[in-house]
Amino acid sequence: MERLRFWIQSLWLFLSNGYWAFPVSGTLYQGPLKVLCSPGLNCYSCPAATTFCPIGSLQQLLLGVRLALQSGHAYLGTYVLGCMGLLGTAFGRLICGWACPFGLVQEMLHRIPSPKLAIPGWLGWGKYLVLLLLVVVLPLTVIDDFGLGLPWFCKFLCPAGTLEAGIPMVLLMPDLRSAVGVLYLYKLCLLALVLLWSIASFRPFCRSLCPLGAFYGMFNRISLIRLKFDADNCTKCGACHRICPVDIQVDRSPNSGECIRCLRCCTEACQHDALAVEIAGHVWRPRPAPFDQPAR
Amino acid sequence: MLTADSPAGARKDRRSSARLIRRIPLLLLLVFLLLLLTGIAVDEPARVLEQARSVCLPCIGID
Repeated sequence: MERLRFWIQSLWLFLSNGYWAFPVSGTLYQGPLKVLCSPGLNCYSCPAATTFCPIGSLQQLLLGVRLALQSGHAYLGTYVLGCMGLLGTAFGRLICGWACPFGLVQEMLHRIPSPKLAIPGWLGWGKYLVLLLLVVVLPLTVIDDFGLGLPWFCKFLCPAGTLEAGIPMVLLMPDLRSAVGVLYLYKLCLLALVLLWSIASFRPFCRSLCPLGAFYGMFNRISLIRLKFDADNCTKCGACHRICPVDIQVDRSPNSGECIRCLRCCTEACQHDALAVEIAGHVWRPRPAPFDQPAR
Repeated sequence: MLTADSPAGARKDRRSSARLIRRIPLLLLLVFLLLLLTGIAVDEPARVLEQARSVCLPCIGID
Protein backbone atom coordinates (compact mmCIF):
# COMPACT_ATOMS: atom_id res chain seq x y z
CA MET A 1 0.00 0.00 0.00
CA GLU A 2 2.88 2.38 0.78
CA ARG A 3 4.31 1.77 -2.69
CA LEU A 4 0.93 2.48 -4.29
CA ARG A 5 0.64 5.66 -2.22
CA PHE A 6 4.09 6.78 -3.37
CA TRP A 7 3.16 6.27 -7.03
CA ILE A 8 -0.14 8.11 -6.64
CA GLN A 9 1.63 10.98 -4.85
CA SER A 10 4.18 11.12 -7.69
CA LEU A 11 1.40 11.07 -10.27
CA TRP A 12 -0.28 14.06 -8.56
CA LEU A 13 3.06 15.85 -8.37
CA PHE A 14 3.41 15.56 -12.15
CA LEU A 15 -0.26 16.31 -12.86
CA SER A 16 -0.12 19.47 -10.74
CA ASN A 17 3.20 20.47 -12.31
CA GLY A 18 2.87 19.13 -15.83
CA TYR A 19 3.99 22.13 -17.91
CA TRP A 20 7.53 21.25 -18.85
CA ALA A 21 7.85 23.78 -21.69
CA PHE A 22 8.71 26.61 -19.29
CA PRO A 23 12.48 26.58 -19.99
CA VAL A 24 11.61 27.29 -23.65
CA SER A 25 8.71 29.70 -23.08
CA GLY A 26 10.60 31.50 -20.31
CA THR A 27 7.45 31.90 -18.24
CA LEU A 28 4.85 29.96 -16.27
CA TYR A 29 1.91 27.98 -17.69
CA GLN A 30 -0.94 30.29 -18.70
CA GLY A 31 -3.43 27.86 -20.20
CA PRO A 32 -7.08 27.24 -19.30
CA LEU A 33 -6.34 24.36 -16.90
CA LYS A 34 -5.35 26.97 -14.33
CA VAL A 35 -9.02 27.48 -13.59
CA LEU A 36 -8.94 24.07 -11.86
CA CYS A 37 -8.20 23.72 -8.17
CA SER A 38 -5.09 21.85 -7.08
CA PRO A 39 -6.14 19.44 -4.34
CA GLY A 40 -2.81 19.79 -2.50
CA LEU A 41 -0.62 22.75 -1.61
CA ASN A 42 1.03 23.62 -4.93
CA CYS A 43 2.09 27.20 -5.73
CA TYR A 44 0.48 28.53 -8.92
CA SER A 45 3.51 30.75 -9.52
CA CYS A 46 5.55 27.58 -10.06
CA PRO A 47 6.50 27.70 -13.77
CA ALA A 48 5.29 24.11 -14.28
CA ALA A 49 2.02 24.46 -12.28
CA THR A 50 -1.08 23.53 -14.25
CA THR A 51 -3.70 24.35 -11.59
CA PHE A 52 -4.32 27.07 -9.01
CA CYS A 53 -3.37 26.78 -5.35
CA PRO A 54 -6.56 27.00 -3.24
CA ILE A 55 -4.84 28.80 -0.34
CA GLY A 56 -3.02 31.27 -2.61
CA SER A 57 -6.16 32.06 -4.62
CA LEU A 58 -8.40 32.39 -1.57
CA GLN A 59 -5.95 34.87 -0.05
CA GLN A 60 -5.69 36.88 -3.27
CA LEU A 61 -9.48 37.15 -3.48
CA LEU A 62 -9.84 38.11 0.19
CA LEU A 63 -7.10 40.75 0.13
CA GLY A 64 -8.72 42.45 -2.86
CA VAL A 65 -12.33 42.03 -1.77
CA ARG A 66 -12.87 45.76 -1.06
CA LEU A 67 -11.59 46.87 -4.46
CA ALA A 68 -13.60 44.15 -6.19
CA LEU A 69 -16.81 45.20 -4.45
CA GLN A 70 -16.14 48.87 -5.23
CA SER A 71 -15.76 47.99 -8.90
CA GLY A 72 -19.00 46.01 -8.85
CA HIS A 73 -17.57 42.48 -8.76
CA ALA A 74 -18.70 40.09 -6.01
CA TYR A 75 -15.43 38.15 -5.87
CA LEU A 76 -15.81 36.83 -2.33
CA GLY A 77 -13.85 33.60 -2.75
CA THR A 78 -16.97 31.44 -3.08
CA TYR A 79 -15.66 29.55 -6.12
CA VAL A 80 -12.38 28.68 -4.39
CA LEU A 81 -14.09 27.86 -1.08
CA GLY A 82 -16.61 25.71 -2.97
CA CYS A 83 -13.77 23.76 -4.64
CA MET A 84 -11.94 23.31 -1.31
CA GLY A 85 -15.12 22.31 0.51
CA LEU A 86 -16.11 19.72 -2.11
CA LEU A 87 -12.63 18.17 -1.95
CA GLY A 88 -12.63 18.28 1.86
CA THR A 89 -16.10 16.76 2.20
CA ALA A 90 -15.31 13.98 -0.23
CA PHE A 91 -11.78 13.09 0.85
CA GLY A 92 -10.81 14.94 4.07
CA ARG A 93 -7.08 14.71 4.67
CA LEU A 94 -6.74 11.74 2.33
CA ILE A 95 -5.62 14.46 -0.08
CA CYS A 96 -2.68 15.32 2.23
CA GLY A 97 -1.53 11.72 2.30
CA TRP A 98 -2.09 10.87 -1.36
CA ALA A 99 -2.09 14.02 -3.50
CA CYS A 100 0.01 16.79 -1.95
CA PRO A 101 3.32 17.51 -3.75
CA PHE A 102 4.88 19.28 -0.76
CA GLY A 103 3.85 16.40 1.50
CA LEU A 104 5.69 14.02 -0.83
CA VAL A 105 8.83 16.18 -0.68
CA GLN A 106 8.76 16.05 3.14
CA GLU A 107 8.18 12.28 3.16
CA MET A 108 11.11 11.69 0.82
CA LEU A 109 13.37 13.74 3.07
CA HIS A 110 12.19 11.80 6.11
CA ARG A 111 13.60 8.62 4.54
CA ILE A 112 17.12 9.99 5.00
CA PRO A 113 18.63 8.05 7.90
CA SER A 114 18.95 10.31 10.96
CA PRO A 115 17.83 10.52 14.60
CA LYS A 116 14.03 10.96 14.49
CA LEU A 117 12.14 13.50 16.60
CA ALA A 118 8.48 13.41 17.64
CA ILE A 119 6.38 16.54 17.14
CA PRO A 120 4.65 17.78 20.33
CA GLY A 121 0.86 17.53 20.05
CA TRP A 122 0.23 21.19 20.86
CA LEU A 123 2.10 22.25 17.70
CA GLY A 124 -0.83 20.78 15.76
CA TRP A 125 -2.91 23.82 16.75
CA GLY A 126 -0.48 26.05 14.86
CA LYS A 127 -1.99 25.20 11.48
CA TYR A 128 -5.48 26.30 12.59
CA LEU A 129 -3.99 29.58 13.79
CA VAL A 130 -2.21 30.02 10.44
CA LEU A 131 -5.47 29.32 8.56
CA LEU A 132 -7.45 31.78 10.65
CA LEU A 133 -4.90 34.58 10.96
CA LEU A 134 -2.57 34.47 7.96
CA VAL A 135 -5.04 33.24 5.35
CA VAL A 136 -8.30 34.94 6.41
CA VAL A 137 -8.10 37.65 9.10
CA LEU A 138 -4.89 39.53 8.23
CA PRO A 139 -5.41 39.66 4.42
CA LEU A 140 -8.95 40.95 5.07
CA THR A 141 -8.17 43.51 7.76
CA VAL A 142 -4.63 44.88 7.30
CA ILE A 143 -4.95 47.05 4.21
CA ASP A 144 -2.96 49.82 2.55
CA ASP A 145 -4.17 53.26 1.39
CA PHE A 146 -5.67 51.70 -1.74
CA GLY A 147 -7.73 49.20 0.26
CA LEU A 148 -5.52 46.28 -0.72
CA GLY A 149 -4.26 43.66 1.77
CA LEU A 150 -1.26 41.32 1.66
CA PRO A 151 -1.02 37.57 0.99
CA TRP A 152 0.35 36.99 4.50
CA PHE A 153 0.68 33.21 4.35
CA CYS A 154 2.27 33.10 0.89
CA LYS A 155 4.50 36.09 1.53
CA PHE A 156 5.78 35.32 5.01
CA LEU A 157 5.40 31.59 5.57
CA CYS A 158 4.74 29.27 2.62
CA PRO A 159 7.87 27.14 2.02
CA ALA A 160 6.17 25.33 -0.89
CA GLY A 161 6.02 28.66 -2.77
CA THR A 162 9.74 29.26 -2.22
CA LEU A 163 10.67 25.75 -3.36
CA GLU A 164 8.30 25.47 -6.32
CA ALA A 165 8.19 29.09 -7.48
CA GLY A 166 10.70 31.36 -5.71
CA ILE A 167 13.84 29.44 -6.66
CA PRO A 168 12.80 28.37 -10.21
CA MET A 169 11.40 31.78 -11.19
CA VAL A 170 14.53 33.63 -10.07
CA LEU A 171 16.61 31.14 -12.09
CA LEU A 172 14.26 31.41 -15.07
CA MET A 173 13.83 35.22 -15.18
CA PRO A 174 17.15 37.10 -14.95
CA ASP A 175 15.27 40.41 -14.42
CA LEU A 176 14.01 39.16 -11.06
CA ARG A 177 17.53 38.55 -9.69
CA SER A 178 18.16 42.24 -9.12
CA ALA A 179 14.98 42.43 -7.02
CA VAL A 180 16.05 39.68 -4.60
CA GLY A 181 16.28 41.10 -1.08
CA VAL A 182 15.84 40.38 2.62
CA LEU A 183 12.39 38.83 2.19
CA TYR A 184 13.70 36.32 -0.36
CA LEU A 185 16.63 35.37 1.87
CA TYR A 186 14.29 35.03 4.88
CA LYS A 187 12.05 32.70 2.85
CA LEU A 188 15.05 30.64 1.73
CA CYS A 189 16.11 30.23 5.39
CA LEU A 190 12.55 29.23 6.34
CA LEU A 191 12.47 26.66 3.54
CA ALA A 192 15.83 25.25 4.65
CA LEU A 193 14.54 24.96 8.24
CA VAL A 194 11.39 23.11 7.14
CA LEU A 195 13.37 20.76 4.89
CA LEU A 196 15.89 20.00 7.64
CA TRP A 197 13.06 19.47 10.14
CA SER A 198 11.47 17.05 7.64
CA ILE A 199 14.54 14.83 7.82
CA ALA A 200 14.12 14.52 11.60
CA SER A 201 10.31 14.57 11.89
CA PHE A 202 7.53 13.14 9.71
CA ARG A 203 5.82 15.93 7.69
CA PRO A 204 6.43 18.77 10.18
CA PHE A 205 4.96 21.47 7.95
CA CYS A 206 1.74 19.50 7.29
CA ARG A 207 1.29 18.78 10.98
CA SER A 208 2.06 22.16 12.46
CA LEU A 209 1.70 24.94 9.89
CA CYS A 210 -0.24 23.94 6.75
CA PRO A 211 -3.54 25.86 6.50
CA LEU A 212 -4.84 23.54 3.78
CA GLY A 213 -4.22 20.55 6.05
CA ALA A 214 -6.09 22.39 8.81
CA PHE A 215 -9.03 23.00 6.47
CA TYR A 216 -9.22 19.40 5.22
CA GLY A 217 -8.65 18.12 8.78
CA MET A 218 -11.92 19.72 9.89
CA PHE A 219 -13.73 17.34 7.51
CA ASN A 220 -11.99 14.12 8.61
CA ARG A 221 -14.83 13.10 10.95
CA ILE A 222 -17.59 13.51 8.38
CA SER A 223 -15.93 13.06 4.97
CA LEU A 224 -17.16 10.38 2.57
CA ILE A 225 -13.91 8.48 3.12
CA ARG A 226 -13.36 7.74 6.82
CA LEU A 227 -11.87 5.15 9.11
CA LYS A 228 -14.30 2.83 10.86
CA PHE A 229 -13.24 1.49 14.25
CA ASP A 230 -14.87 -1.58 15.73
CA ALA A 231 -14.26 -1.56 19.51
CA ASP A 232 -15.62 -5.11 19.85
CA ASN A 233 -12.78 -6.49 17.70
CA CYS A 234 -10.03 -4.33 19.23
CA THR A 235 -7.61 -6.16 21.53
CA LYS A 236 -5.83 -2.93 22.58
CA CYS A 237 -2.55 -4.37 21.26
CA GLY A 238 -1.42 -0.87 20.25
CA ALA A 239 -0.12 -1.93 16.81
CA CYS A 240 -2.12 0.83 15.09
CA HIS A 241 -0.65 3.53 17.32
CA ARG A 242 2.89 2.19 16.93
CA ILE A 243 2.73 2.23 13.13
CA CYS A 244 0.98 5.61 12.80
CA PRO A 245 3.48 8.12 11.35
CA VAL A 246 1.56 11.08 12.82
CA ASP A 247 1.24 9.57 16.32
CA ILE A 248 -2.55 9.22 16.50
CA GLN A 249 -4.21 7.01 19.11
CA VAL A 250 -6.18 5.31 16.34
CA ASP A 251 -8.36 3.30 18.75
CA ARG A 252 -9.43 6.53 20.52
CA SER A 253 -9.89 8.89 17.56
CA PRO A 254 -9.69 7.08 14.22
CA ASN A 255 -10.94 10.18 12.41
CA SER A 256 -8.67 12.71 14.11
CA GLY A 257 -7.98 15.92 12.16
CA GLU A 258 -4.29 14.95 12.21
CA CYS A 259 -4.81 11.70 10.25
CA ILE A 260 -3.48 11.95 6.67
CA ARG A 261 -5.12 8.62 5.73
CA CYS A 262 -1.93 6.77 4.81
CA LEU A 263 -4.00 3.70 5.87
CA ARG A 264 -0.97 1.90 7.31
CA CYS A 265 -2.96 1.11 10.49
CA CYS A 266 -5.55 -0.77 8.40
CA THR A 267 -3.32 -2.36 5.80
CA GLU A 268 -0.18 -3.15 7.79
CA ALA A 269 -0.98 -3.19 11.51
CA CYS A 270 -4.41 -4.36 12.68
CA GLN A 271 -4.73 -8.16 12.64
CA HIS A 272 -8.14 -8.25 14.30
CA ASP A 273 -10.50 -6.53 11.85
CA ALA A 274 -10.92 -3.61 14.25
CA LEU A 275 -10.17 -1.04 11.55
CA ALA A 276 -11.79 -0.60 8.17
CA VAL A 277 -12.13 2.11 5.55
CA GLU A 278 -15.64 3.44 5.00
CA ILE A 279 -16.15 4.85 1.51
CA ALA A 280 -19.53 6.61 1.22
CA GLY A 281 -21.10 4.07 3.59
CA HIS A 282 -19.45 1.02 2.01
CA VAL A 283 -16.98 -0.73 4.27
CA TRP A 284 -13.64 -1.96 2.88
CA ARG A 285 -11.74 -4.12 5.32
CA PRO A 286 -8.15 -4.56 4.17
CA ARG A 287 -6.28 -7.12 6.22
CA PRO A 288 -2.51 -7.25 6.59
CA ALA A 289 -0.63 -10.50 6.15
CA PRO A 290 -0.39 -12.20 9.56
CA PHE A 291 2.67 -11.18 11.61
CA ASP A 292 3.88 -9.00 8.76
CA GLN A 293 4.17 -5.79 10.71
CA PRO A 294 7.02 -3.60 9.51
CA ALA A 295 8.65 -1.09 11.84
CA ARG A 296 7.53 2.55 11.68
CA MET B 1 -41.25 2.62 25.93
CA LEU B 2 -37.68 2.79 24.62
CA THR B 3 -35.23 4.93 26.57
CA ALA B 4 -31.58 5.68 25.82
CA ASP B 5 -30.69 3.57 28.89
CA SER B 6 -32.32 0.38 27.61
CA PRO B 7 -30.31 -1.76 25.13
CA ALA B 8 -32.96 -1.34 22.44
CA GLY B 9 -33.04 2.42 23.00
CA ALA B 10 -29.25 2.68 22.81
CA ARG B 11 -29.30 0.70 19.54
CA LYS B 12 -31.94 3.05 18.14
CA ASP B 13 -29.86 6.07 19.22
CA ARG B 14 -26.76 4.64 17.54
CA ARG B 15 -28.68 3.94 14.35
CA SER B 16 -30.12 7.46 14.17
CA SER B 17 -26.75 9.12 14.86
CA ALA B 18 -25.13 6.89 12.21
CA ARG B 19 -27.84 7.98 9.77
CA LEU B 20 -27.18 11.62 10.65
CA ILE B 21 -23.42 11.20 10.16
CA ARG B 22 -24.11 9.64 6.76
CA ARG B 23 -26.29 12.62 5.79
CA ILE B 24 -23.91 15.39 6.89
CA PRO B 25 -21.42 14.90 4.00
CA LEU B 26 -24.26 14.95 1.49
CA LEU B 27 -25.58 18.21 2.95
CA LEU B 28 -22.07 19.70 2.97
CA LEU B 29 -21.48 18.61 -0.63
CA LEU B 30 -24.68 20.42 -1.57
CA VAL B 31 -23.66 23.58 0.34
CA PHE B 32 -20.19 23.69 -1.24
CA LEU B 33 -21.61 22.93 -4.68
CA LEU B 34 -23.93 25.92 -4.24
CA LEU B 35 -20.96 28.07 -3.18
CA LEU B 36 -19.02 26.93 -6.24
CA LEU B 37 -21.97 27.68 -8.54
CA THR B 38 -22.39 31.11 -6.91
CA GLY B 39 -18.73 31.79 -7.66
CA ILE B 40 -19.20 30.71 -11.28
CA ALA B 41 -22.32 32.90 -11.56
CA VAL B 42 -20.34 36.01 -10.55
CA ASP B 43 -17.50 35.08 -12.93
CA GLU B 44 -14.99 34.41 -10.17
CA PRO B 45 -13.16 31.67 -12.16
CA ALA B 46 -12.07 34.34 -14.66
CA ARG B 47 -10.51 36.36 -11.82
CA VAL B 48 -8.86 33.22 -10.42
CA LEU B 49 -7.48 32.39 -13.86
CA GLU B 50 -6.18 35.93 -14.28
CA GLN B 51 -4.35 35.70 -10.94
CA ALA B 52 -3.00 32.21 -11.55
CA ARG B 53 -1.60 33.22 -14.95
CA SER B 54 0.66 35.88 -13.48
CA VAL B 55 3.62 35.53 -11.12
CA CYS B 56 2.73 36.61 -7.58
CA LEU B 57 5.92 38.46 -6.67
CA PRO B 58 5.32 38.82 -2.90
CA CYS B 59 4.44 35.11 -2.81
CA ILE B 60 7.84 34.13 -4.20
CA GLY B 61 9.65 36.46 -1.79
CA ILE B 62 10.19 39.48 -4.02
CA ASP B 63 8.80 42.71 -2.61
